Amino acid sequence: MNKINRRNFLKLTGGVVAMGSLGYAGFAIGGASKKVVVVGGGIGGATAARYIKMGDDSIEVILIEPNKNYYTCFMSNEVLSGVRSLDSIRFDYEGLRKAGVKVIHDIVIDVDANGRIVKTASGDTIHYDRCIVSPGIDFRWDTIDGYDAKVAETIPHAWKAGPQTVTLRKQLEAMRDGGTVIIAAPPNPFRCPPGPYERASQIAYYLKQHKPKSKILILDPKDKFSKFGLFTAGWKKHYGYGTGNSLIEWISGAKGGKVEGLDVRTRTVKALVQDFKGDVLNIIPAQKAGKIAHIAGLADKSGWCPVDLKTFESRIHKNIHVIGDAAIQKPLPKSGYAANSEAKVCAAAVVALLNGKAVPQPSYVNTCYSILAPDDGMSVAMVYNYANGKINKIKGAGGLTPGYDKTTMDMRRREVDYAHSWFNNITKDVFG
Amino acid sequence: MNYRKTYLGVLVACGLAIGGAAAAEMPSATMLANTCFGCHGPKGNSMGPATPTIAGLSAEYFIETMEGYKSGEIPSTIMGRIAKGYSEDEIKLMAGYFSRQKFDRASKNQKTDPKLAKKGAKLHKKYCEKCHEEGGRSSEDDAGILAGQWMPYLRYTLSDYLSGKREMTKKMKKKVHALKEKKGDEGFEQLLHFYGSQK
Repeated sequence: MNKINRRNFLKLTGGVVAMGSLGYAGFAIGGASKKVVVVGGGIGGATAARYIKMGDDSIEVILIEPNKNYYTCFMSNEVLSGVRSLDSIRFDYEGLRKAGVKVIHDIVIDVDANGRIVKTASGDTIHYDRCIVSPGIDFRWDTIDGYDAKVAETIPHAWKAGPQTVTLRKQLEAMRDGGTVIIAAPPNPFRCPPGPYERASQIAYYLKQHKPKSKILILDPKDKFSKFGLFTAGWKKHYGYGTGNSLIEWISGAKGGKVEGLDVRTRTVKALVQDFKGDVLNIIPAQKAGKIAHIAGLADKSGWCPVDLKTFESRIHKNIHVIGDAAIQKPLPKSGYAANSEAKVCAAAVVALLNGKAVPQPSYVNTCYSILAPDDGMSVAMVYNYANGKINKIKGAGGLTPGYDKTTMDMRRREVDYAHSWFNNITKDVFG
Repeated sequence: MNYRKTYLGVLVACGLAIGGAAAAEMPSATMLANTCFGCHGPKGNSMGPATPTIAGLSAEYFIETMEGYKSGEIPSTIMGRIAKGYSEDEIKLMAGYFSRQKFDRASKNQKTDPKLAKKGAKLHKKYCEKCHEEGGRSSEDDAGILAGQWMPYLRYTLSDYLSGKREMTKKMKKKVHALKEKKGDEGFEQLLHFYGSQK
């Protein structure tokens, strides 16, 4: 295969696509290999791999992921409350293999954009025509004094589900009645904007049943958060929020909620104006794109990866696409559903580009549920289109579940059933 | 027309959010349908336990239902908010896509009581079969597929009809009331077990 010719060809198709041409009938890559390497087997990566195979089975798709199992972050808060088992959020890659994806368990240590090569920890070098990087998030350890990856093994963030979810659950179970759980919420932007507040709700549900004298303290650098009105109303309804007896207390940024340091030995969290001692600590640090995005030079100064929103191709390196939480994908949120939606748009673009066809017009959606209590769920949704180089919210669509005064508890209970259905369906869509 | 185009162009240039259809090219049926799978399952076949399977529905029924969600005529938790995100033409494309998919019955994945189902079969024949043909299996009657649908969804829908939150057609109203008078709530439960158990 003559690399220079192919590179010229890809340049040419890139140019044609940018002009919005209607395609390239009759111009096929005769006998050329079509190879995609997907880095990361989370929601974005696994979806993209499957959808590329579904779109064009002749494309060779290799997915590289260090872990043999993936634990979904969504619904992991139900593991913390004991409503759900860890097993129920564990998935493997057999479904992807059945779909024809070659899954390799290895760590990607570099992506060479010029040579179009992915390098792994075990010494493999794998060539690609297009690479999809879906690394999720990494943490800005330097933002909280005394907190790092090692400390997080005992004082978990549990913001990537798996072993740390178990650690946090065990600590909650071991805690005395009357203890304090501290959740340090991260600054924007971060994975799963309603996540810390759903977590507080789920832990409160557990405490209400088993340790009703206990308390959750949310320390927050922000003055508002996702689904703010719905969460606080829900906390009032279920957990005494706003009363002297509340299971949940929230300290906003304006009131000094920003966490700056941690004393591991005394389990003390140092917030802006005051120190707080806790029995169980859950520190969720500030975030940035996953590690490999930085190594491969895909992130900008913000710590996240700028992409073309029609193809999710990096604005920094050609032939590499970045999807999921790591990408700058506004107004899409950093959510599992958005990652799944972005992956399908990206997969369709990659299939088109590798076949010399015009990139299809995207459509994106986000649907995100939060469960306040086993009989009280809520959601936020939005449908998006692509126009003028941007992703746009469709006017009049989407929005939040209505508040208690505008709906019924029957409808709120249905949202829990639909949230659990959402979980079953999206994981089937992602992992097969 | 020209004025309108220019006007929209200015809005876009200013970076204001605008209604999709006017400015954006229409996505393909597959691209649009892809956005549904996360909640309704791959190709519209739901893994349950509550979200309905939408694969195999007739195009007419799909369009009618989406338009009903959009207008608020059909009550919903989330579908009203989502349906408003798609234009009439986009809904038509999605309807075409889902009508071409095979409906996988959920019966193997949900528990049903055979005794209740047996009684339900008789009630179905007497009160429902005329419109929900072939034991609620048919999509050609444009009345939705009941056989093998997820039962919580059927239960919610029925409860919305019975409470008056969702309007019934005249024919349906007559039959539903007749059934309620004769068999009460038990009768509906038997029907649900019949539909839920259909393979």
